[in-house]
Amino acid sequence: MKKGKKMTLTLPAEELMACGHLACQGCGATLAMRYMLKALGQKTALCIPACCWSVIDGPYPYSSLDVPVYHCAFETAASTATGVKAGLEMTGDTETTVVAWAGDGGTFDIGLQALSGAAERNEDIIYVCYDNEAYMNTGIQRSSATPYGAWTTTTPVKHFKARPKKDIVAILAAHRIPYIATASISHPEDFVKKMTKAKGIKGTRFFHVYAPCPTGWKSRPDDTVKLARMAVQNAYFPLFEIEDGLRTTLNLKLKEKKPINDYLRLQGRFRHLNEAQIAELQAEVDARWERLLKGCGA
Amino acid sequence: MKKVMMGNHALSYGAMLSRSQVIAAYPITPQTQVVELLSEMCADGTLDAQFIKVESEHSAMASCIGASVAGARAFTATSAQGLALMHEMLHWASGGRHPIVMGNVNRSMAPGWSIWTDQNDSLSQRDTGWMQYYCSSNQEVLDTVIQAFKVSEALMIPAMVVLDAFALSHTYEVVDIPDQAVVDKYLPPFKPEIRLTPSDPRAFGGLTGSEHYFELRYKLQKDMEKAPALIEETGREYEKLFGRTLGLVDPYRCDDAEFVFVTSGTAGFTARVAVDDLRKSGVKAGNLRIKVFRPFPFVKVREILQKVRKAAVVDRNCSYGAHGIFYQEVKSALYGEAGMPPVFGYVTGLGGRDITVDSFKEVAAHALAKDKADEEIVWIGVKK
Repeated sequence: MKKGKKMTLTLPAEELMACGHLACQGCGATLAMRYMLKALGQKTALCIPACCWSVIDGPYPYSSLDVPVYHCAFETAASTATGVKAGLEMTGDTETTVVAWAGDGGTFDIGLQALSGAAERNEDIIYVCYDNEAYMNTGIQRSSATPYGAWTTTTPVKHFKARPKKDIVAILAAHRIPYIATASISHPEDFVKKMTKAKGIKGTRFFHVYAPCPTGWKSRPDDTVKLARMAVQNAYFPLFEIEDGLRTTLNLKLKEKKPINDYLRLQGRFRHLNEAQIAELQAEVDARWERLLKGCGA
Repeated sequence: MKKVMMGNHALSYGAMLSRSQVIAAYPITPQTQVVELLSEMCADGTLDAQFIKVESEHSAMASCIGASVAGARAFTATSAQGLALMHEMLHWASGGRHPIVMGNVNRSMAPGWSIWTDQNDSLSQRDTGWMQYYCSSNQEVLDTVIQAFKVSEALMIPAMVVLDAFALSHTYEVVDIPDQAVVDKYLPPFKPEIRLTPSDPRAFGGLTGSEHYFELRYKLQKDMEKAPALIEETGREYEKLFGRTLGLVDPYRCDDAEFVFVTSGTAGFTARVAVDDLRKSGVKAGNLRIKVFRPFPFVKVREILQKVRKAAVVDRNCSYGAHGIFYQEVKSALYGEAGMPPVFGYVTGLGGRDITVDSFKEVAAHALAKDKADEEIVWIGVKK
């Protein structure tokens, strides 16, 4: 930076998340919440099902958020948010953005039916899945978002997960909802930009947010942002958006797609994988990337 | 205005006159006409409400909870399997203190598949913290929905308005539809003290440690204990405006009765024919119809039954391994009080088998011939 030049703030300065929350050190999900609220502002209502955030927010009678929160049942993020939106509208509040904020277990697994129902009806809600690739709040059990090869307490090293991660974005795209985006805590400008865009769209909007979990991934807390960035750069978690389930746009083009090795090596959950198994995971990432590029018309 | 309508439509009219603002429902036989009519009312503007066509009963209750916490009056209706699927959310609605009103058409639980009536579906939800009203006529169904909203919103406790499958849900009766302006006077708009809104950001239902949870449930019970008096009071208020009273119980020829059938739901009206017949043959019979099951009207039941020589509880349900459920409740209401009559327990009509006047005469013949109740369930009309 040249002398005398002022840095321009690219993110809203307003903080709607307070310190004193109960997250683990290096939690990706807290950054995700912070960026989302910066984009959506105070006129937001959250429905949070069972997930890490039902603890992070703070126990009764506390909350670390300056927006209203309804802690709802595990499988009901989408259906509760649907009801909240309808209830607010019927009592004269048509402005508040209603957000269902769920983890990967609550989205990919137990909440999928309610999410599919809400998406098919095109309910006027934003659904955010912060994905840490396992049931972390209950102590690291596999979900259908857990990737091939990963250790969890229910996929032990001797019997690690042999199936790939469920393609939740493709499932949502098949519902032809107006807006879907992936976002990463390593790219806050992109995150806030897309969330701001989503705020202005009516109907069901879905965000798949990558949120590393040092506790569950056996990684260093200070590597959280680094891991998220690596996942974007090696196309493990590319940044893109899909409009109306049809038009896919890549938000960050990769000049050089890096191999996933370095990314895996920073995480204890992949430590047991041999070369052939890493090659299999690499092949899965490559195939997904090719499909995405094809979908973008590239 | 008087109109001939089915029991299910009486629920719809009750929800409409109560000015329900959000309705989230899923179809199930024999409840379907309730929500069909409501969806039409929402579509043609008769009712200013949002109708959410959810993909399951579980989501129906979740959406009602969301709407209620946002400050809207929420209604749904279901039956049997649908109610069982909602079970988790029933606890959520009462624990979160969301005064939702739900119609439940009593249908037997599968397997085998049955669409016919008995009470095991709603009685299995006994301990969820919901009020439960069991109706005997279409008029009572309509009136009770309106009253249920008034009581529920005063106490912030949800309520179930229950009616028998087919015997009431699909039976057409003349129903007096109250005037909307008078209903509005009786039931003002829902204005909860605290609601989910960005202008007053709060967290609802967060992690609650053992230092707080106990008190939340204590308060639920203390408010539930206020319900009997409030139901009676709002029932009298209803009578002043509409000429029909709504109480906890509905006694028939009990004042001088020596032998009383205790019933719930439509079976109560059948019992009354048997009562009249028995009186003609010299038996001083009566019928105590229990309208409100939760909160259980312990005092009313005691007041009426302490004057009789024998009571026979006729249950269209069974708590397997124990007894008929109303039978257990009635016995617990009388236990330990001096001068209470022996109480006989009968189970009949499961899976929609008819409960006839003869069924009641069989009950009477059995009870009148004995001094002491049997330890085991006495089954009426079963092919052994």
